[in-house]
Amino acid sequence: MIEVSEQIAIDHGLKSDEYKKICKLLKRTPNITELGIFSAMWNEHCSYKSSRLHLKKLPTKGKKVIQGPGENAGVIDIEDGDAIVFKIESHNHPSFIEPYQGAATGVGGIMRDVFTMGARPIANLNSIHFGSPQHKKTKNLLRGVVHGIGGYGNCMGVPTIAGQTSFDSSYNGNILVNAMTLGLVKKNKIFYSKATGLNKPVIYVGSKTGRDGIHGASMASASFDEKIEEKKPTVQVGDPFTEKLLLEACLELMAGDSIIAIQDMGAAGLTSSSIEMASKGNLGIEIDLNRVPCRETKMTPYEIMLSESQERMLIVLENGKEETAKKIFDKWNLDFAVIGKTTNSKNIELFFNQEQVAKIPVNILVENSPMYDRKWKKSKLPKKNKIKNEVLNKLKIKDVLKKILSNQNICSKEWIWQQYDHTVMGDTIQKPGGDSGVVRVHGTNKAVAASVDSSAVYCWAHPLTGGKQVVAESWRNLISVGATPIAITNCLNFGSPEKEDNMGEFVECVQGIGEASKYLNFPVVSGNVSFYNQTKEVGIKPTPSIGGVGLIKDCKNMISMDLKEVDNLVLIIGKTEGHIDQSLFARTILDEKNGPPPEVNLFNEKNNGESILNLIDKGYVKSAHDISLGGLLVAISQMCIKGNKGIKINKLKNLINEIEYFFAEDQGRYLIEVNKKDLKEVTKILNKNSVHHEELGIITQNDMIINEKTKVTIDELRSYYTNWLSKYMS
Amino acid sequence: MKSSVITFPGSNCDRDIDVALKKFGFNNKMVWHGDIELPKSDLVVLPGGFSYGDYLRCGSMASKSKIMQSVINFAKSGGLVMGICNGFQILVETGLVPGVLLRNKYLEFICKNVFVKLDNKENAYFKNLNKDVLELHIAHNEGNYFCTKDQLKEINDNNQIAIYYCNIEGKIEDQYNPNGSIKNIAGIFNKEKNVLGMMPHPERMIDQSLSGEDGSIFFKNLLNNIK
Repeated sequence: MIEVSEQIAIDHGLKSDEYKKICKLLKRTPNITELGIFSAMWNEHCSYKSSRLHLKKLPTKGKKVIQGPGENAGVIDIEDGDAIVFKIESHNHPSFIEPYQGAATGVGGIMRDVFTMGARPIANLNSIHFGSPQHKKTKNLLRGVVHGIGGYGNCMGVPTIAGQTSFDSSYNGNILVNAMTLGLVKKNKIFYSKATGLNKPVIYVGSKTGRDGIHGASMASASFDEKIEEKKPTVQVGDPFTEKLLLEACLELMAGDSIIAIQDMGAAGLTSSSIEMASKGNLGIEIDLNRVPCRETKMTPYEIMLSESQERMLIVLENGKEETAKKIFDKWNLDFAVIGKTTNSKNIELFFNQEQVAKIPVNILVENSPMYDRKWKKSKLPKKNKIKNEVLNKLKIKDVLKKILSNQNICSKEWIWQQYDHTVMGDTIQKPGGDSGVVRVHGTNKAVAASVDSSAVYCWAHPLTGGKQVVAESWRNLISVGATPIAITNCLNFGSPEKEDNMGEFVECVQGIGEASKYLNFPVVSGNVSFYNQTKEVGIKPTPSIGGVGLIKDCKNMISMDLKEVDNLVLIIGKTEGHIDQSLFARTILDEKNGPPPEVNLFNEKNNGESILNLIDKGYVKSAHDISLGGLLVAISQMCIKGNKGIKINKLKNLINEIEYFFAEDQGRYLIEVNKKDLKEVTKILNKNSVHHEELGIITQNDMIINEKTKVTIDELRSYYTNWLSKYMS
Repeated sequence: MKSSVITFPGSNCDRDIDVALKKFGFNNKMVWHGDIELPKSDLVVLPGGFSYGDYLRCGSMASKSKIMQSVINFAKSGGLVMGICNGFQILVETGLVPGVLLRNKYLEFICKNVFVKLDNKENAYFKNLNKDVLELHIAHNEGNYFCTKDQLKEINDNNQIAIYYCNIEGKIEDQYNPNGSIKNIAGIFNKEKNVLGMMPHPERMIDQSLSGEDGSIFFKNLLNNIK
């Protein structure tokens, strides 16, 4: 057996003082298996040691919240005894090393988190970010990630209903793959990971354990260097077929009353699942490692404990239910083994060949895990750029629109979502490509809407504002389909917490997220942090992804963005001030990368959003779309393309420059379509609520008429918008 | 009318087809792949999904599962057997319908609405259908139908082609072929026309708020034909 030393601990990713702390807490030197367990539990990915302090400040409670952070996923109430279980999680590091398997197991892992709680997954979403399209790796990474997400989700038979894709050179060396799943469960049939009772059998089910993914979580807690290719063996390999069987078997077992606690084996595998269950129940746990079903021969206790083989679950059963449970797993051809029991020792005790190979007090691993108050740097709000009118006046609107609609961060992502099964389960009532994906709650008339958003550029320019903005955008995307926003999950992708700049970005983004979610009563119920998204010294732009979930009480009230009827009017909700800094226009047309992001006024966000929901409830809104990246003209173009209708835009009354008016990215804005006959009533409601609104124009059969000199046909708009990605990938 | 839907390990459209059949009045039963006997049925459906993970050739493991012997006997005695998507792949593997299904031409999974042209209404599936072009939905990675020249001749001679990929007007051209299938074939019959294999999913087109209603037309008509 390897003799443990400080150097070996450091090779395991532990810091020198962390190793000293372990020796002090144990009052001895750990053996190699124990050291492996500590390194798995105390890495950034599992222990949240740099982020815990700040995450505590997020609002996590609300009337609709059944379970906040701390469980496998968050749970919210959607009435009638139904609940939605949801969470987003990152799989960034493995996806860069091996895009197909990295992305696939990311999707598999998040689905497991959801069905561990008893919920059948009903929708998947994802937020994926790649380097510059010109970078030599981008194309292959994109293709691999999309195939991986599709490969897993399609096989599981869970529709992928929405997503977000962006390209930015800051991801050249670190792509981001964030996967989100929503599951449906009855409120009284939710399963938790807290073990209770002594001498209860501890059951291992699912796939066999192999040597894949050992130290995966530690890898995800470090930066990349030129030796990255050597890390391929730390990436797990996914088997969606086995997971589909595991899903069905678990749900079948959950229908009865055999389970006390259940936990999936995700990051740090058997180690973290067993320790978490014991820790939450304030119990000990005893495992005989010889009983763990292994795929390879001669696996050591160290390897068995640290393997991240996929599609495995750990269950604490009621006594005497072993046979019932085994029958179900036999039916689904899955491994089933009683590997241990709960104890009152409050230790995790591992045995191998009749010898005790590890004994660690559970509280040392969990409660005594390191927590750091890292140094961080506050960001200043950048100064506004002064853009001269002469510069703007030289531009032709049509040329600008063409460039922006075909920009990689705006253009249609149909090439991607067409590779995801988005209609299986027969309840997808709004497909990808809209503001949110919407699935009906099976067998009912209500529906759940979900969206995933991030705005790395805004977060990079001013993290506090950026953090607020992402939450507000998620809120708007739900409102735009007629859903009442309920709660969010967040995936916080950042550079190294050991660098003051990156840590500052994290702290202030989290602060912004907290402020917005508190104000909008849109609490955070689950999430995950991914640090060390950096190669050598260069970190990614700070990229918190926000997954929002909302409820549509009656499917008939769902709204989509396609323009519906000629002669209807389009109104702009919210004020257009002409904020150009950090807009897509500024970056792509003016090549201006500095300046502050648009201001987020939470009062207006809430007021505008709630007023629109009120109008939707009354049946006045025929189509709706929020105005975000790219600005007003992009938003109306998308509505025209989807509805195959044109618009005659009114002559501007605004004093700001036409270009600023059309391409500014002021927040809190929407476009809504209303019938002429309802205009008076709609105006009355908006005025009463002090919502700024103006008429954009009237819907026509074809052509977007921007002003006297500028006309664009719908076919032209469509060709700008739809071609870029498929051309790039072919 | 009684129908049976077979659930293989890895089937994932079994619930969807169950919902559709019941919606239009079938008395449907779910049948486990490990069962030996098929319940009394007027129609047997092999659903979409990834049976046995499709780790070998798609559908090949499922074609050898226990229940399939009963399904094959049922088909050979003239019973109606419909395979959708993975179900079509399974049918091909049993030899009940000719040909094979290759990987899509562009090597990508494809999920979207398509139009299909009905070629032959002299059968229990399409008889009396008052439309020649249906809008259905596809979601597959291996739907690229292929067969030998001799087989194709035989298929043609026997009017075995059930549906072709086409445009909204029913034009059958290369540009409307989503996966590279020979002759734009989206579905075929056995010689006797009691076995139908097709890639499109009619069960995903049974509700205006989903993708459309042409699946409803198909199922309503099917039920009437069987009655």
